[in-house]
Amino acid sequence: MDLTILWFWIIAALFVGYFVLDGFDFGVGMTIPFLGRDETDRRMLINTIGPVWDLNETWLIVAGASLFAAFPEWYATLFSGFYLPLLLILLALIVRGVSFEYRHQRPEASWKRRFDLMIIVGSALPAFLWGVAFANIVQGVPLDADHNFTGTLFTLLNPYGILGGLTTLVLFFAHGAVFASLKTEGDIRERARRLASRAGLVAILLAASFLGWTVLAHFSLPVLILAAIAAVSLISAWFANSRGLEGRAFALMAVTVAAAVLTLFTALFPAVMPASNDPANSLTIANASSTEYTLTVMSWTALIFLPLILAYQGWTYWVFRKRITRKHIEAAAH
Amino acid sequence: MCGLTTGVKSCTMGLDDMDRSHGDDHPDRAAPAPPSLDAAKNGVIIVNDLLDPLLLSRWQFGLTTVYHFIFVPLTIGMAVTVAGFQTAWVRTGKLHYLQLTRFFGKIFLINFAMGVVTGIVQEFQFGMNWSTYSRFVGDVFGAPLALEGLLAFFLEATFIGLWIFGWDKLSPKLHLATIWIVALGTVLSAYFIIAANAFMQNPVAFRINEERGRAELTNIWELLTNKVALAAFPHTIFACFMVSAAVIITAAAWHLARGQHVEAMRPALKVGAWSMLLAGGATMLAGDQLSLAMVETQPMKMAAAEAMYNTASGADASFSIFTLGTPDGVHELFSIRIPYLLSFLSTHTFDGTVEGINDLQAQYTQLYGPGDYSPVIWVTYWAFRWMIGLGLASMLVAAAGLWFTRKGREPKRWMWRVAVWAVPMPFLAMTMGWVFTEMGRQPWIVFSLLKTEDAVSPNTTGLDVLISLIAFTAVYGALLVVEFGLLKKTIKAGPDPIELSEPDEDGVQKPAAPATTVY
Ligand code: HDD
Ligand code: HEM
Ligand code: HEM
Repeated sequence: MDLTILWFWIIAALFVGYFVLDGFDFGVGMTIPFLGRDETDRRMLINTIGPVWDLNETWLIVAGASLFAAFPEWYATLFSGFYLPLLLILLALIVRGVSFEYRHQRPEASWKRRFDLMIIVGSALPAFLWGVAFANIVQGVPLDADHNFTGTLFTLLNPYGILGGLTTLVLFFAHGAVFASLKTEGDIRERARRLASRAGLVAILLAASFLGWTVLAHFSLPVLILAAIAAVSLISAWFANSRGLEGRAFALMAVTVAAAVLTLFTALFPAVMPASNDPANSLTIANASSTEYTLTVMSWTALIFLPLILAYQGWTYWVFRKRITRKHIEAAAH
Repeated sequence: MCGLTTGVKSCTMGLDDMDRSHGDDHPDRAAPAPPSLDAAKNGVIIVNDLLDPLLLSRWQFGLTTVYHFIFVPLTIGMAVTVAGFQTAWVRTGKLHYLQLTRFFGKIFLINFAMGVVTGIVQEFQFGMNWSTYSRFVGDVFGAPLALEGLLAFFLEATFIGLWIFGWDKLSPKLHLATIWIVALGTVLSAYFIIAANAFMQNPVAFRINEERGRAELTNIWELLTNKVALAAFPHTIFACFMVSAAVIITAAAWHLARGQHVEAMRPALKVGAWSMLLAGGATMLAGDQLSLAMVETQPMKMAAAEAMYNTASGADASFSIFTLGTPDGVHELFSIRIPYLLSFLSTHTFDGTVEGINDLQAQYTQLYGPGDYSPVIWVTYWAFRWMIGLGLASMLVAAAGLWFTRKGREPKRWMWRVAVWAVPMPFLAMTMGWVFTEMGRQPWIVFSLLKTEDAVSPNTTGLDVLISLIAFTAVYGALLVVEFGLLKKTIKAGPDPIELSEPDEDGVQKPAAPATTVY
């Protein structure tokens, strides 16, 4: 296979990894105001993602760096064009990341409340903005002949973009609620399940309209199949969650997110940044990629190290497989 | 667009019309236009400057990178420190080593979070503010960044979680291994990022694709063994150990001055002081090698480090320790000089010749077309001196500390105070070193290939960058206050006592596992 095509799908896979993993982190962060009735609840929620949020976020760093290395033109156009949304995402990730580390450092309730708020906002904002960004990539944005973005922030806030943002926001919310019910014990587990159930209904509505719109705008058989997989697994996840099958519900949510991201990448292929004003200005796999040599080096590295990475990350999830209980939290005097 | 049709040469030429040069202190150049008295016009110039995407992007990059590099050295140094103390505990079973592991582990974690979140900004910024640069170098420069992510960041991020939460879930040996893996990850990541940076200082392993107007990688091994990277890496890593040594000394001195935690803090002070001396010596030696590599690849930088306008050799190639001059650095009023030292630093011989700025400027004008090829001289001159001076001062404090505490002696109170306040010195030395390296490379962003003024994103407006610059400054400033407050509080609180479990059937008491949950 042509290496440029291989790398298009590796980039897609890295973003799938990022959204499946950081997606539930964002979700858990957003559920704090709904599930965190007292300090113990809130700490339980944060501790469900404690050991893994950093490694999940690293998928974004690796996806970004791989984009830079494999498709420098795509990286340059996307990151300079979407300047302000990316700035907001960065600021959100900054305040969110430090909050996990800092909120438990002092006992005062006001100190903790401040960092809880930063976790909530820092989770919701990227969850929304990533959807807006990816919807706009697929839909196309105005580019000049040098492939520079010529729009503004408001170009991105079009109906399809906003619908994409709302979809990821609610989808990740539900994903996180399912994860919270999978990883906790006691009354919060049940409340998380019920919350996931309610959020799941909204997610089904939004995802159906967003994916439906995507299929209509970029019809092809693979797009249709992937969107259908996303839809079926989302609905099955909802039923699994209602029956209290948390493990299955979580796995199905992960499949949903993965299939939805792949739907977008399939709709995009073989363009990487379609120009909405003039197709001649579009960036495609062919005119955005690095040289064969660079891609070969990267392919060998990925081939050798990705299995190892997946193995030790899988092991981490295995080490931390136990549910968190109120007793754990209360025993840890902090 | 620069280089798109005729390749690189056109990139470096024909840009004078943009008139965005920043280092205007060259003696041979035409005097700047007389200041306009027209207030309205001045106002326009100020607003133009304020909204100049190039200037703002440079400030933002400098600010965010320097900020990132406050935390990274401490992370690198502390990871190894914590791993070392934990190893000492696992091997000897002495509880005060466990106390030190947990104590410095806490400091490490408070700091680590900041390194991670500010690092993401670094990676995004190349595309956001320097898209022309990214297009030009992506094929070469992207590879080490991707390798860094795959090989180093994943390791760090995964095993740090295992270390924090794994105290009671992993066997002591396995748990010890996790912190060593984190340490390995931090050092690996430093290597890759320095290799990427070395390409900007001394481009190797590439060819220019005229048609696409970009540099393309020809050999990954050659890129990763760039001689500037090989010299800069040990210099940076040893400097990182100076930074962590300073934090250890400060923490130990604080408690010893109050007679607290003496059993744990006495050895800690020794470890800190000895690492400062050893790492300091190694930093100096490595810095010497780096000077050689620099003179070979960027002679202008050494000339600028010495503010030396005319080529000199032998005794005339002297090193000035201190100079008073006109503010633009052109005329010298007073200086203290050591003859031959510059010649020795640059060539390792006493009769070597060191090229001056004027000669180099003439050479570069021939090679790359008209333009100003010297950096801002007073910055490079002083940054170089502060780097070395602050490093020496840190080592002096450490040596004094060892001397005054020898054989269990008690130093005077004011000495402790000096030790506590010594902590910023290696941090500042580190920052000065990078300011020297990066500002000394100007006007190039990639030496001899692409100028900084041509590298900025063409479509990002001054307003965009102003917004982001203000946002980063505000958020970073606030976080620095919080971070500093937390570090101070943690250091003052000192190591927690280790609780012991009930004796087991052999009557052995083990340290109780810390909490399963942390946040
Ligand atoms: C505690 C910090 C510290 C100390 C005491 C020193 N340095 Fe340094 N220096 C750095 C921290 C640093 C740094 C921040 O780590 C830099 C920036 C880039 C790099 O590779 O290391 C650096 C850069 C740097 C460069 C620029 C390389 C380039 O631009 O290509 C040179 C020539 C030296 N150093 C030389 C020295 C010498 C001769 C020293 C003492 C005798 C010295 N440094 C002490
Ligand atoms: C190793 C990876 C690094 C890379 C790839 C890198 C890249 C760059 C780039 C692209 C610029 C151009 C912007 C400009 O000229 O203003 C720059 C400038 C700068 N960098 Fe670095 N840098 C690195 C490391 C560092 C570190 C660790 C520091 C400091 C702690 C640093 C400090 C600066 C400063 C102060 C400037 C501003 C120079 C100026 O404005 O003239 N850099 N660097
Ligand atoms: C301008 C260039 C730089 C870029 C693009 C960059 C990028 C990053 C990124 C994305 C992270 C987050 C990693 C994570 O999530 O674990 C990070 C952290 C880190 N960076 Fe940088 N960095 C730069 C400069 C440097 C330099 C010069 C060094 C070393 C000499 C360095 C060493 C590290 C280390 C050790 C970490 C992990 C430890 C920590 O998070 O504190 N970086 N950097």
